[in-house]
Amino acid sequence: MFGYYFDLALRSLRRNKALTALMVLAIALGIGASMTTLTVLHVLSGDPLPGRSSTLYAPQLDPRDMGDYQPHGEPPDRVTWIDGMNLLQAKRADRQALMTGGSVAIQPAQSALDPFYETARYTTADFFPMFGVPFQYGHAWGTPEDAASAAVVVISGKLNDKLFGGRDSSGRMLRVEGRALRIIGVLGDWRPNPHFYDLNLKSYGGDEGVYLPLSTSQDLHLAHLGGADCWGNGGDGATPAHTAPCVWMQFWVQLDTPTQATAYRQFLIHYSQEQKSLGRFQRPPNVRLRNLMQWLDYEQVVPGDVRLQTWLALGFLLVCLVNTVGLMLAKFLRRSAELGVRRALGASRRALFMQLLMESGVVGLAGGLGGLLLAYLGLWLVRRQPADYAPLAHLDGAMLVMTLVLAVVASLLAGVLPAWRACHITPALQLKSN
Amino acid sequence: MDIRPILSTLHRHKITACLLILQIALTCAIVCNGVFLINQRLQRMDIPSGIADHELSQIKFAYIGDRPDAYAQAQTDLATLRQIAGVQAAALVNQLPLSGYSMSNSGIKLRPQQQRTSLEVASYYGQNLLATLGVRLISGRDFQPDELVDLKTALPALHSDDMKNLPHTVIIDQAVAVRLWPGQNALGKAIYFGNDIPMQVVGVSSPLARPDSLQMGAQNSIVFPIRLTATEGGSYVIRTTTGDREQVLKSALAALKRLDPNRIVLERRTYDELRHEYFQDDRAMAGMLVGVIAALLIVTALGIAGLASFWVGQRRRAIGVRRALGATRGNILHYFQTENFLLATIGIALGMVLAYGINLLLMLHYELPRLPVIYFPVGAIALWLIGQLAVLGPALRAAAVPPVVAMRSV
Repeated sequence: MFGYYFDLALRSLRRNKALTALMVLAIALGIGASMTTLTVLHVLSGDPLPGRSSTLYAPQLDPRDMGDYQPHGEPPDRVTWIDGMNLLQAKRADRQALMTGGSVAIQPAQSALDPFYETARYTTADFFPMFGVPFQYGHAWGTPEDAASAAVVVISGKLNDKLFGGRDSSGRMLRVEGRALRIIGVLGDWRPNPHFYDLNLKSYGGDEGVYLPLSTSQDLHLAHLGGADCWGNGGDGATPAHTAPCVWMQFWVQLDTPTQATAYRQFLIHYSQEQKSLGRFQRPPNVRLRNLMQWLDYEQVVPGDVRLQTWLALGFLLVCLVNTVGLMLAKFLRRSAELGVRRALGASRRALFMQLLMESGVVGLAGGLGGLLLAYLGLWLVRRQPADYAPLAHLDGAMLVMTLVLAVVASLLAGVLPAWRACHITPALQLKSN
Repeated sequence: MDIRPILSTLHRHKITACLLILQIALTCAIVCNGVFLINQRLQRMDIPSGIADHELSQIKFAYIGDRPDAYAQAQTDLATLRQIAGVQAAALVNQLPLSGYSMSNSGIKLRPQQQRTSLEVASYYGQNLLATLGVRLISGRDFQPDELVDLKTALPALHSDDMKNLPHTVIIDQAVAVRLWPGQNALGKAIYFGNDIPMQVVGVSSPLARPDSLQMGAQNSIVFPIRLTATEGGSYVIRTTTGDREQVLKSALAALKRLDPNRIVLERRTYDELRHEYFQDDRAMAGMLVGVIAALLIVTALGIAGLASFWVGQRRRAIGVRRALGATRGNILHYFQTENFLLATIGIALGMVLAYGINLLLMLHYELPRLPVIYFPVGAIALWLIGQLAVLGPALRAAAVPPVVAMRSV
């Protein structure tokens, strides 16, 4: 029966080419626009560390003075140097890392390459095991290197390709800001998007080229990148002093169970109370402990424009579907005579309904294929945009399947009303009028 | 023309008519809001920077290693830049308007011990800033050379509450003056920063745009008498005539590189390029909106045309009868045009309500202002036009139906 209906659908669609083309075009345009924006939304709101994200938390404290104090306000989204160090040394979590962004000059040994700037991450050792960072060559540093401010560096695979042609460079030296640092590891493919651990830099496509111990970066007075939020007389030095009333460090912890998370939140409250009694904090304890996905949601990492575009495209799809419903209704009702004959010959309403739905399904499939082409075109246009997420806009397998499913489901839905109307025609009336 | 027969015909095609009305309403609502969004972006891109846009260029360096002689170097660099043919003025500044890179913001208080800051402003500083950028002084004076403090002295002074080594004067722009002291003379007034550091307003400048965060007041800016160096994140800015900007920028860069080859060029661009980059997201968004609105109008037009030709096909016999009974071609043409006009009008009316609803949602989630009334007629006229254009083809075909059709059985 399926094959027969399919054949009937094709015949009927061929009979009225202009109307069929209009319906396919409407569905293709609607699906193309929606899938382009949905793909961008899907890529941007994805989980940067699937499997790990639920155990990673960003603790927030409120170390500010009473200026501009509002009860129930949100605490700053970064920590001060002193708080970061205190929380790090408290070691209350399974793993914890204190870090900040930076920018360093690299002077390649080869004279063919000019010195250039590379974004850097200054972090403590747990960064690598906590985030599950893959290594191509060598290994990460550990707590001893942190303590000794060791002159070691881990570089990204991309930088390794640029400087060493992709060969194992561990053990070789890298000149960073005029100092020689020993390369101990080369990362594999590590491009978490969004750049969740530091959203003060680019939110997307902001992978660093160089990683070095936080203590080493401070000893070498390396420049900090990502700004600082200060209060009181914090001023705005590019790299705040360690005692400055400024938040400029990211602190991340790994807490494997919800019980541990509850305990850690308690710890943060106790810590705030303790700091308040010491006179360092002035505000009442105000802490947050968001896990990675909650953190991304709170930081509104998906640009508002992208969400607006998605709504716009879905609105567009709705108009295209209403348009298709109208056209399909016209098409099905025009065939009243034919349907009347089929009814008179004994076809059940159900059979007619299925036959008509098959027709709209075929339109949907054709529209879906057209929409897929348009989505590829749309994503190509998105990639040409200047936004920092633009290079990420690619259609993956899941979204490809979703395109076709959405198109067929949408057109089936659009076909229900016209098909229902068409198969409720009285056969006798149709036969008589002819 | 009598619309009663049209209404009774439409009554017999209720569902189709309703679908058409719904489509027109949705299109109208989206087009109204879309055009409004486009206009918002265009307005944003039109914000005046307050400086001589077409005459300025920026050069920014990064340095490897420490530079103990950075302040002396900055003086040499500026002197060298001023000697280059075509350079009218040269400055070292911490940030530029609409550059998207905000290095410095300050909270202003009007009284010591004030709980909340009165205004959040962008703070500019540097050497020879106002004159080079082309910002006019409306009243008061520019900074005297002896008022300028080095950034490397000011920062430690700030952290240690050492008032002596901090600047004591400030120039505010007109937008800030109006916000803080509406209708009063701002000159001589005191404002407070951080932990009640007092500064006296010595000048009011023409409006100067912020580097970023325009939603906090696009032109809330102040200028501090602080010198900085390129090693502390400052940019060299040169002013030339519009015509030879590229040429002079090239020779300026060459001259600076000759003075100190050990620096990496981070930025080298004219101010127009900088401004273009700042608004590129807005431009892309506006482009996308134009594309969707165009596609939407095309789909709606095609839908109207498709349904109209279906109706014409269905009513061929009735048209033939009417023609046989004496209706002119014009009558038939007008019939379909009026029918479309009626449907479009109902759709537009519904669309206005929808447009208003969508706007309320956008206001709630995207900090957009209320949709101005002017957009409603714009959307209405667009859809009336689209409807009439789309129906014209099928209506002409209907008018061409010969009366003899009435005589033939189907």
